[in-house]
Amino acid sequence: MINWLANPARFMRLSGWALRWCAWAAVAVLAVGLYLSLVAAPPDYQQGESVRIMFIHVPAAWMALSVYLFIAVASAVALVWRHPLAEIAARAAAPIGAAFTFVCLATGSLWGRPMWGAWWVWDARLTSVLILLFLYLGYIALVNAFDDPSRGGRAGSVLALVGVVNLPIIKFSVDWWNTLHQPASVMRVGGPRIDISLLVPLLVMAAGFSLLFLTLLMLRMRTILNERKAMALRLNAGTAPAARSVRERAAPVHPAVP
Amino acid sequence: MGGIGAFLAMGGYAGFVWPAYGVAFVVLAGLAAHSAWRYRQSAVTLDRLQQAHGAKR
Amino acid sequence: MAAFTGLFRRDLRLALRQGGDTGLVLGFFVLAVVLFPLGIGPEPAILQRIGAGIVWVAALLAALLSLDRLFEADYQDGGLELLALSSLPLELAVLAKCAAHWVATGLPLALISPFLALLLDLEPAAIPVLLVSLLLGTPALSLIGSVAAALTLGARRQGVVLSILVLPLYVPPLVFGAGSVEASAAGVGVRAYLLILAALTLAALAFCPWASAAALRQAIE
Repeated sequence: MINWLANPARFMRLSGWALRWCAWAAVAVLAVGLYLSLVAAPPDYQQGESVRIMFIHVPAAWMALSVYLFIAVASAVALVWRHPLAEIAARAAAPIGAAFTFVCLATGSLWGRPMWGAWWVWDARLTSVLILLFLYLGYIALVNAFDDPSRGGRAGSVLALVGVVNLPIIKFSVDWWNTLHQPASVMRVGGPRIDISLLVPLLVMAAGFSLLFLTLLMLRMRTILNERKAMALRLNAGTAPAARSVRERAAPVHPAVP
Repeated sequence: MGGIGAFLAMGGYAGFVWPAYGVAFVVLAGLAAHSAWRYRQSAVTLDRLQQAHGAKR
Repeated sequence: MAAFTGLFRRDLRLALRQGGDTGLVLGFFVLAVVLFPLGIGPEPAILQRIGAGIVWVAALLAALLSLDRLFEADYQDGGLELLALSSLPLELAVLAKCAAHWVATGLPLALISPFLALLLDLEPAAIPVLLVSLLLGTPALSLIGSVAAALTLGARRQGVVLSILVLPLYVPPLVFGAGSVEASAAGVGVRAYLLILAALTLAALAFCPWASAAALRQAIE
């Protein structure tokens, strides 16, 4: 199916249809999630109403890590199999991942202030997520730093794979080091250790964020494909029609392939 | 009215909970809006170029 | 083997001959360290407390300066393609270049650190620890830096993008390098920090030439 999707024109057709569906689904699921988080979920006996921040903070953290993994996998596919859309997918996903990482850090800070008494601590989990944000920003800076977009895409792919070593550090940092941040309560061996009334809003918000990610990913990929087509048209625009068709017969230009 | 008031006060944590939800909304909605804007720009530009390209033929 | 040492000696000679690399890096290192007492105030207690961190951060920034010249000249004049095609594996070529880079920049940085430690009034016991930590950590800086340098070849504003990429990756050596000196000041075991630092350098030695070579191949494609 990945190969079937590889045709950029087919991707544009499919995503045009899927985009609308995904967008509405995201809005609906997030609306339900917000209701569950703000109204239906009970306040924690220790943390009171501030636990509601968790329903944004934790799913955002999950997204921050998953999107980076997505970028790393897409980069590997781009480098190894030369799939034409893989590099575009990675490039499109990066700002979304950076946004989720920022939201995770900001909401975490707002949750930490009443709970720990500090806006920020330099413990292993917080520091490694901050490094993740810098990795996202560095990736975005790198892919945009070249005049030739395919060169930028290739460099970015290598960078994404180099930085993937940060992910296990983030995940296991709360186990390896004595940290202030609490250890895993949901994604752990032995199943979730969290009450169902708190787990359901978490999962719904996570689903909503995932649908949002897919929506924005498709939207941004379509944008990049449009921009590449436009660039190719601009490059061809200066030549006379006869010369252009001779050139195109000799070396056909596929505008959508990077 | 006490219900809404209590809801907004968030047990005293209002100063933290609402900014948290606010930041998340602003960042994610902002990203969505920016992405949609860029998409519209790219579609309009491509359309214009394709028309010019077609007209030249 | 002959190719490896040949490349190492050539790069080293180039770096030292221009005089630019070593002198520039050392000059920046000293200036950066000197700026801190001027900005923070000369109170010895404070300087002693943060001195190790100052020296390490300044070393990081100084190492950054010479990184963009690591592959640039060869990229511009086509030597990189020749290296990729030669019988010497590209990974070993990268290693030779990193070794030359370290001898020309990292090693001098480490060797003058004791004098800077005196400027910052660090405890006498901490000075050898600082020296050893820099000797163990600066090779990692050259190696990790080579990955970023390879990735940004031909980029607009290469220096800035390179800095953004490499500084987060420099955080582990910084944490353990400066941490080792803090540990010696606190009387806690220094060995653990230095061993982890050595492990970081060894891991960089294993991983970075391979990553840099992959990035270089993408650059010359």
